[in-house]
Amino acid sequence: MTTPLVEAVDVSRRFSRKLDYAEKIANLFGAGLEEKTVHAVDEVNLAVYPGEVVGLVGESGCGKSTLGRVMAGIMPASGGEVRWKGRPLTSLQGDDKRAMRLSAQMIFQDPMSTLNPRKRVLDLIGEAPKVHGIVKGREMRDYVAALVTRVGLDPSYLDRYPHQFSGGQRQRIGIARALAVKPKLLVCDESVAALDVSIQAQILNLFMDLRQEFGLTYLFISHDLGVVKHICDRVVVMYLGRVVESATPDELFGNPKHPYTQALIRELPSVTDRRRVFTPIKGEIPSPLHPPAGCHFHPRCPKAFDRCRVERPVLKENAAGHVSACHLNDLAAHQAATNATAEPAI
Amino acid sequence: MTPVLEVKNLSTHFMTRRGVLRAVDDVSFTVGPREIVGLVGESGSGKSITGFSILGLVDPPGRVVGGQILFNGEDLLTKSPTAMRAIRGKRIAMIFQDPMMTLNPVLSVATQMIETVQAHDRVSRAEARARSRDALGLVGIPSPEERLDSYPHQFSGGMRQRVAIAIALLHRPDLIIADEPTTALDVTIQSQILFEIKRLAAEFGMALIWISHDLGVVAALADRIMVMYAGRIVEAGQVDGVLTAPRHPYTSGLLSAVPAAVPRGEPLRPIPGFAPSPLSRPSGCAFRDRCARATDVCATEPMLEIAAGREFRCFHPHLWSAA
Repeated sequence: MTTPLVEAVDVSRRFSRKLDYAEKIANLFGAGLEEKTVHAVDEVNLAVYPGEVVGLVGESGCGKSTLGRVMAGIMPASGGEVRWKGRPLTSLQGDDKRAMRLSAQMIFQDPMSTLNPRKRVLDLIGEAPKVHGIVKGREMRDYVAALVTRVGLDPSYLDRYPHQFSGGQRQRIGIARALAVKPKLLVCDESVAALDVSIQAQILNLFMDLRQEFGLTYLFISHDLGVVKHICDRVVVMYLGRVVESATPDELFGNPKHPYTQALIRELPSVTDRRRVFTPIKGEIPSPLHPPAGCHFHPRCPKAFDRCRVERPVLKENAAGHVSACHLNDLAAHQAATNATAEPAI
Repeated sequence: MTPVLEVKNLSTHFMTRRGVLRAVDDVSFTVGPREIVGLVGESGSGKSITGFSILGLVDPPGRVVGGQILFNGEDLLTKSPTAMRAIRGKRIAMIFQDPMMTLNPVLSVATQMIETVQAHDRVSRAEARARSRDALGLVGIPSPEERLDSYPHQFSGGMRQRVAIAIALLHRPDLIIADEPTTALDVTIQSQILFEIKRLAAEFGMALIWISHDLGVVAALADRIMVMYAGRIVEAGQVDGVLTAPRHPYTSGLLSAVPAAVPRGEPLRPIPGFAPSPLSRPSGCAFRDRCARATDVCATEPMLEIAAGREFRCFHPHLWSAA
């Protein structure tokens, strides 16, 4: 078995708000106020192997972006550890640490908020490789010109500013900037969500071409199941900070095990399958401040039973490479076992 | 049957310093009673401005420069601001993409809803409150009586959108214009809202214009679909027909650009290039620079062709056998 390029081992990420002075004073008088803590990511295990495209899907607040940031090394984990090529991120020092930082790059949803509006494209893309000694100052222009050409922009645009580009072009600038430091891993956080469908298709094709050409590994974060299904080798579904299911796209979309995954796939509006009756799953996504006990999905789950309300289900393998966290798995296994004993082989 | 809405040759232009921006250009369509019409297009195609024009919500430097908007036979463009105010919110309502922008954050939901009721009907505060409560209940907000006194920030995104829909429903309008109302919502919540809207539109006999960039949503919801490109409707017809046998190359391009259109892992088929700037549109068919079927004749204006309930503007439409 090869070593994963990046691996999350029991990673948690909590955000808490410190009490302010008024609340501390109130506590002196016995108000009993406590810090509010959000478990954005709750003991997640995820390995991304070299050359793989892993899709991370889920609805808002499920912790997919936070997990992406933790795995890209730009946000520390509050529990567990992230390993880069088998070594814990926290143990990396000096050159190793810098090399890791360069090797993992992020591409965000809104390029306008990640591109400095007062810098020219040349500097936006060329600054990092220059600082890190990947190119010399006088070679920078040629280096950046080659990069922007590769991502499908005209190199004559190098002296323009971000506001002079359309959304799709800005996203290409963001991609060129990430590629400029020769990364191994690209963490794409909703990178095509804001784009029109035909531009989205252009950018997705670019991602796939770059994968071949530069041998890239992707962690592709998206709420769009259609996109993830198309480009990923493996899909991981998250709900309220936890991984609920993980499988290859064919397996996940053909044979979803977790009721939440089943609902997501069923609710996906599709051009080909129209005029269906909507059978929405009930209820809101619960607040991550007060997640339900047991399985986080149980208040919305049509198949929930008593055990789901008290016990957190663990990820179990249903088939080769297909894991899901649902108590129904045990029930199914139990039933299969009883059926086998009740009906002896003919 | 007389249509609820009949838009004839509507043009809305923006007089900017860099020239005239033709956001909506000679757009005509009708919406029948109880009909759900989907208006789709990419950003900048003019679909939202079409909706704003109908309600008289286009601000300077934008202006409706031509055409007619007949609502139950009366031209809205000739109405005085006072007369428009009596129609807006009462007989035509609008739902926007971001309910946080339409709801006032410092007023409780009750205050805002009661204000909406009393703006058009002379009723007591208690009765207005009762009507508001019933409307919240209709759109599936649990314990509406208690929720009335909440403020917008106390609702989740999906619930806020339900409040916005409830406000639109207060006066049982003949027509609701919904501008990307589910775009910012999660899939499971979007599905709930689509379900409720479809049920309510049928129950109250409302017509609906659903503006969206998402063909999948329109496919699931609408009876008829209109595809806009660069300020014009390039194709319109029954949803089934347009989505299974598109005539205009732009419609077919949109349909084949979605990931589901090609086998997994194969390159997607995007429409080449990008939409022209609305300030400098090419003459003739605005799509011709990106179109594989374009010829010299496309430099002249394609006329609207109507064939078997389908309308399209193209010299070289796709042909589909009757089978």
